[in-house]
Amino acid sequence: MTTDHAQEHAGARRGEPLLAADGVEMAEGIYKMYPSSHGIPVADWATDFDHADPEYNKHAHEIWDDLRERCPVAHSERYGGTWLPTRHEDVRKIAYDTENFTSRQVIVVNGRADPEMSPVGQAPPITSDPPYHQHARKLLLSQFRPNKIDPLEGEIRAICRQRLDDLGEIVPGETVIDAATQYAQHIPPAVISRMLGFPPGDDDKFRYFIHHVIENIDGSPEEKLAVGLEFNAYLDAQIEDHKQNPRDDLTSYLLEAEIGGQKLPHETVRGAMLLLLIAGIDTTWSAIGASLWHLAQNPADVERLRNDPDVMIFALEEFLRAYAPVTMARLVAKDVEIGGCPMKEEDFVLLPFPAANRDPEFIENADKFIIDRRVNRHSAFGLGIHRCLGSNLARLELRVAIEEFVNRFPDFSLPKEGDQTTWSLGQIRGPRSLPLLIR
Amino acid sequence: MRLKVDNEVCQGHNRCKVLAPELVDVDDEGYAVIKGDGTVPEELRGKAQLAVDNCPEFALSLEED
Ligand code: SF4
Repeated sequence: MTTDHAQEHAGARRGEPLLAADGVEMAEGIYKMYPSSHGIPVADWATDFDHADPEYNKHAHEIWDDLRERCPVAHSERYGGTWLPTRHEDVRKIAYDTENFTSRQVIVVNGRADPEMSPVGQAPPITSDPPYHQHARKLLLSQFRPNKIDPLEGEIRAICRQRLDDLGEIVPGETVIDAATQYAQHIPPAVISRMLGFPPGDDDKFRYFIHHVIENIDGSPEEKLAVGLEFNAYLDAQIEDHKQNPRDDLTSYLLEAEIGGQKLPHETVRGAMLLLLIAGIDTTWSAIGASLWHLAQNPADVERLRNDPDVMIFALEEFLRAYAPVTMARLVAKDVEIGGCPMKEEDFVLLPFPAANRDPEFIENADKFIIDRRVNRHSAFGLGIHRCLGSNLARLELRVAIEEFVNRFPDFSLPKEGDQTTWSLGQIRGPRSLPLLIR
Repeated sequence: MRLKVDNEVCQGHNRCKVLAPELVDVDDEGYAVIKGDGTVPEELRGKAQLAVDNCPEFALSLEED
């Protein structure tokens, strides 16, 4: 960024926040709210970006490429002050810096999480800071290691096949299916709710709730509070049921787990359950959808996957690199300068791992999808201590979902009318509706 | 040649285990552990290099004996 730019960013004015201390109603754990800028068109992505603007995810790759060239750390006054680095080097630096950046809040909204919530945060370990973070992470990571996840393959395959069967009669060349709502979105909720030991058939509840947390960025405080309480009640009921009838699943595991010789407090168990639901569903669904969106436009890659199944070991990582769904966020813990930009305490910083994955300074031919790319240090799952702990599960679901889809449909494309895809809003990027023509 | 993992840096991506299962394992907590003393037989050099080239955290390295 040029010095002019830095000054422009530094001089940004922002609206005064409202405080919970003054009796303003806010969602649980929020102590400060900045005025909304919802619906105000983005003037310039470098100085006024809005990750919740419908244009953002739709054109994300072009926006990031443009910013990387002319303003690698963009700034916006929205949400009380937010930064957007786009180079791998800056994203990486911030992801590793747990001193100047806190994970107390990882979703950018107008409110600010109460500092009192640290170091555990609302959904440990993703919202936790060191040194507590490490204990919570170890507890969960062990449950997602390969020998726990690999045995789920058969079940995931059965879920995918069932969904494909449920599509009903297919007339090649005529039938258009929605690969997002009729296929991709059903796979992760079915898997994680089974792992948590929740009653089957509640998937719609999870999607409704996650939509509120991730996509309804500008929802009113009353709405957020109400939905949050409703979901807490759902989780409390599951916890109660598991206390009465302990069984071999993740909820019972969390209820039995100990940190420092102590059982976990109720809120910590519930927070971890919340994390597993939120983190595992929207993200994986998005990756499956975006991968199918790519394949619909690149029949040669479908051919290759069908004729040379061994290429999957590389293809999977290239899907994850090129269509990484997850942007995380941090709050600035102490005033700090990154890439010449003066970041102030309690500013948000988005960490667009998908943008880092497409940085030509970090990876060769960054803008090309190379199905058998051999050197691929992508950061789709994040970097550093907060790196995704469910990646073995996510990879398995993504691989099986793609394999089953291309095995069932050797030939599919975007509809005759062209690309009708609608993309998500906010930090998780993926198709929310994906009409595909089966040929 | 020997394959080494820096356990301070490894975050348990498990890329290495997928690309070079003969050389790497995963411990009970989900992090990488090198099998045996890490010596890479001639025929596994390619796989060892792949594991090194695909670790997002730069936690793996190959060292000459
Ligand atoms: S790929 Fe790297 S970070 Fe991942 S388990 Fe292997 S050594 Fe650790």
